[in-house]
Amino acid sequence: MAETADKRTPLYDCHLEAGAKMVPFSGWTMPVQYSGLMEEHRAVRTAAGLFDVSHMGEVRVTGPGALDYLQGITPNNVAKLAPGRAHYSALLTPEATYIDDLLIYQMAENDYLVVINAGNIDKDFEHMAAQPHPDCTVENHSDRWAQLALQGPKAPAILARHTDTDLEAIRYYRFVEGQVDGIDCIISRTGYTGEDGFELYCAPDDAPGLWDKLLESGQPDGLIPAGLGARDTLRLEAGMALYGHEIDGTTTPYEAGLGWTVKLKAGDFIGRSVLAEQKETGVARKLVGFEVIGRGIARQGHGIQHDSQTVGAVTSGTFSPTFEKAIGTGYVPTELATEGTEIGIEVRKKVLPAKIVAMPFYKRDN
Amino acid sequence: MYPTEYLYSKEHEWILVEDDTCTIGITIFAQDELGEVVFVELPEVGQTFGADDEIGTIESVKAVAEVYTPVSGEILEVNGALEDAPEMVNDTPHDDAWLVKIRISDPSELEGLMSAAEYEEFISGGDD
Repeated sequence: MAETADKRTPLYDCHLEAGAKMVPFSGWTMPVQYSGLMEEHRAVRTAAGLFDVSHMGEVRVTGPGALDYLQGITPNNVAKLAPGRAHYSALLTPEATYIDDLLIYQMAENDYLVVINAGNIDKDFEHMAAQPHPDCTVENHSDRWAQLALQGPKAPAILARHTDTDLEAIRYYRFVEGQVDGIDCIISRTGYTGEDGFELYCAPDDAPGLWDKLLESGQPDGLIPAGLGARDTLRLEAGMALYGHEIDGTTTPYEAGLGWTVKLKAGDFIGRSVLAEQKETGVARKLVGFEVIGRGIARQGHGIQHDSQTVGAVTSGTFSPTFEKAIGTGYVPTELATEGTEIGIEVRKKVLPAKIVAMPFYKRDN
Repeated sequence: MYPTEYLYSKEHEWILVEDDTCTIGITIFAQDELGEVVFVELPEVGQTFGADDEIGTIESVKAVAEVYTPVSGEILEVNGALEDAPEMVNDTPHDDAWLVKIRISDPSELEGLMSAAEYEEFISGGDD
């Protein structure tokens, strides 16, 4: 444990050059913002933003047993994937609570790339390696990949200038292996912002060149670098869960509104029996979105009141740059989890009036 | 960057003393740490506070900061302009975006505050 300094991504110097404010995040030193959170957020909604998400982890699962192994440790139906397709899923405990959420990319037959959260890499990999995996290998490849996320309505036009790959042919949650500026990349039509865009996985040494070229060419389109601050406000507006907030070791997919990632008919998997029961009997609490009425901001951990009783807690809360009001997520008893329910948020010494609204808060037009 | 006529607290407030009145604001360092300010909540005129009491909050998109008064006394005036224009705290933290004016009840409470030079050393990451 001599090494306690935060890890740096291959883009560390690029961030300093771009004037980023660097902060510790999940064991990494990461850019929280460059020009300003609000400006970066709005650039992604109206033009494009470039994020460094190289801190994310990757686990490669290969071999004839790979499909059965992944099917048994994740709730979504891995058999529905095909080379060039990805899906959103999870690692669950036997109690069906979250170890982490993740993406699974099927690279080829018997070859999968599992993308996990930076702060959970060691925990996830230990868990994955500890599960029986006959006829396949499970390797932590987190140090072999850098990842850039190019997000926003202008992302396809910007990226098209850097690749011969037919980007129009890559639909949402599909990917191809191609070249961007001569650099081998996984070009994936995915993201964590609620906008159109791509996530580009490449070798760490290639990342700074790719970063510089995309930023330079996208500048006339309004492309700017965007930090973790904007990433968080964008994903919350888009109603996307974040481990440690909406989902953690106490919450299940049905409670979190992620029942669509659970395929009970796809065979047995860790947590399945608990989920089968929850599907039958329903869950006692549900994740909801709310907006604060008036001045003040709800934050994670604040109590949620109904009829002056504390009935739940806030899981994420921020000021929404798009709607210019305070929004948040939290768990409430299922009988209260309907649009329009009036609640109160316990902020320090007072209670802010709020109401439950539909999720996601933000949905792009097309 | 830090006006020499002000005193500074470890909570990153600046204090301008004029006769028996203190004007309090937050420093440029504090607003930079907070990021873009979206709400400012201030006390009522006429309220009285003890030294080191919380008198208000400043919220940015990412975080919330409490504002403390380094001196005890009565609130004489609050900066109402910040209600509609909280971004002033980012733009002009050392002048237009002052937060409150307090009537000092015990001038000896000013003794623990820092000079501009001491504050700059304080925020440069030296020993506390």
